[in-house]
Parts: sequence; C-alpha cells; structure tokens
Amino acid sequence: MTLPIGNILDHYTLLAGTLFALGGVGFLVRRNMLIQLMSIELMLNAVNLALVAYNRVHGADMTGQMFAFFVVAVAAAEVAVGLAIAVAFFRLKSTVHSDDADTLRH
Amino acid sequence: MTAGIAFFLFCSLVALVGAITVVMAKNPIRSAVGLLATILGIAGLFLLLNAQFLAAVQLIVYAGAVVVLFIFVIMLLGPDPKGDEEGGPTRIARGVGGAGVLLGMGAALYALSGSVQPAELPPARPEHGSVEAVGGLIFSVGLVPFELVTALLVVAIVGAIALVRRKGRPPRRTPLTDNPTARLFGGPVHPRDGAEPLPKEPAS
Repeated sequence: MTLPIGNILDHYTLLAGTLFALGGVGFLVRRNMLIQLMSIELMLNAVNLALVAYNRVHGADMTGQMFAFFVVAVAAAEVAVGLAIAVAFFRLKSTVHSDDADTLRH
Repeated sequence: MTAGIAFFLFCSLVALVGAITVVMAKNPIRSAVGLLATILGIAGLFLLLNAQFLAAVQLIVYAGAVVVLFIFVIMLLGPDPKGDEEGGPTRIARGVGGAGVLLGMGAALYALSGSVQPAELPPARPEHGSVEAVGGLIFSVGLVPFELVTALLVVAIVGAIALVRRKGRPPRRTPLTDNPTARLFGGPVHPRDGAEPLPKEPAS
C-alpha cells in the first residue's frame, strides 16, 4: 500500500497539515465571525486526522483515538458557545463582522 | 493502485475541496456545505484508518449537530448588510502571512518526510478502533477527562443559554377587561368581525 512518492503516513500528515493551514488562513483572512468559527472547526478536524493516523501506525493501543474523541467533545462545546457569542454580538451591532468588535478599543 | 489508496485519494480530494470552499466562499451557507464535505471526507479517512467508532462520532456530532447549528445560525442572522470583505492593505498582509504559514508548513513537512519510518500501514488488530475497545479505554484510562467533559458540556449549554437570553422581564400580557364577553374571547370571535367590532355596551 504505497503511493509513488513517500509512504502513506506522509500523505496523511501532509493532508492534515494542509487542512490545518487552510483553517488558519481562513481564520486570519476572513472577517465573517461564522466563517472564522468554521475555520477553527477545520483546524480541529485536521488535528483529529493526524492523531488517528499516527495512532493507527505507531500506537500500541487506542490512546490517540481517545484523544480525538475528547477533541470532538470540546469542539462541540466550543461551537455552542461561539455561536451564542455570535448571536449576542449580532444583537448588539447588527453584523457579524469581526472588525466591528471594537467597543473596548481606546 | 489498490482500492484503499483510491479511497484515500478520493476522501482527501473531498476534504481539501471542502476546506478550500470554507475559506473562499463569499456566501456563509456555501462555507457550511464545504465544512460538511470536509467532515464527510475525514469520516471516510477514519474508516480507512480502522477508527469506526470515531467515524460514527464524527458523522453524528459534526455532520449531524455542528453543521446544522451553523446553518441554523446563518439562517437566523440573515445576510450581513456590510458584506464580508473590504479589501485594503491589512487584508493583503493577512493573505500573504497565511500563504507564508502554508508554505512554511509545506517546507517543514518536506524536510521531515524522510524521518517518518513505516513504509505502509501495518495490519491492524481486529479490535482496533471498535466501539468496545475505545469505550473500554475511555472508561478506564480516560475516566477523569470523560467526567470533566460532561461538566464542560453542561457549562457550555448553560453559558450559551445565558449569553443568548434577552435581558429584563418578559412583556406583561394585556390586562383583562371588565367586559365578560371580551374577557371570554379576548377579541373578535369571527374573523369577519375584526373589521367592525361590536359596539360598546352603554355605561350603566
């Protein structure tokens, strides 16, 4: 089970790294708060993929999958609170543009 | 090319196209659908990696709850009148910085790729990734984090409700009148009476 270039774990790592970097770029570049939250989800998913892939190749037990399970739970809680903050912010400013969150700016 | 590698390439392609859609799409709904594609692709990769339990969790929690919540909030808030982008030098600087991060990670991976040892996926034990094995691990080794996660979820739910709930008391209902008919029906009994209400009773 080999691809023409490199071994299979390289490909999983490369895919996870690319997904993480795309999420990071989306978080930095986009100004819509909801899309920024989606970018955070993208990064968490990439981390999960790397955890499971390395656990499959190197792990003697399934600790990596257990970690990925906890990451999923934390991500679900984070989405609930993040979306609640977005809704509250929309009520305050009538926008979800994250540049408008400057009430504390001096 | 074996079937496993073909499936890996297919799932990777789906996940990458979804991720690019999340970042590039102007419409947040399209971003949510791109996130859904990424999640489905990663669930397929979990299946390929003998993580059946996590694939099911991924589908239930992410595709079933998180994306639906995102779409619900997008529909609730409606289109943003200001739009997303305003351009300008800061945006270009952010884009250049993000591309630099991407390139740096690619270079680091290229430099590291010679040191990753195994040439192919070793054969997995039959219980690897099954619900029994992962559940046993969660309830033995990860018992304390598991209980903390339950507390975290409760706190997150309470916090979300406290954040979104409107402040102040709910508006009072209109007081009841002395007219027994109006008190009984609270308005026109028939829709056709809405246009011309009953004449007021003479004061006695």
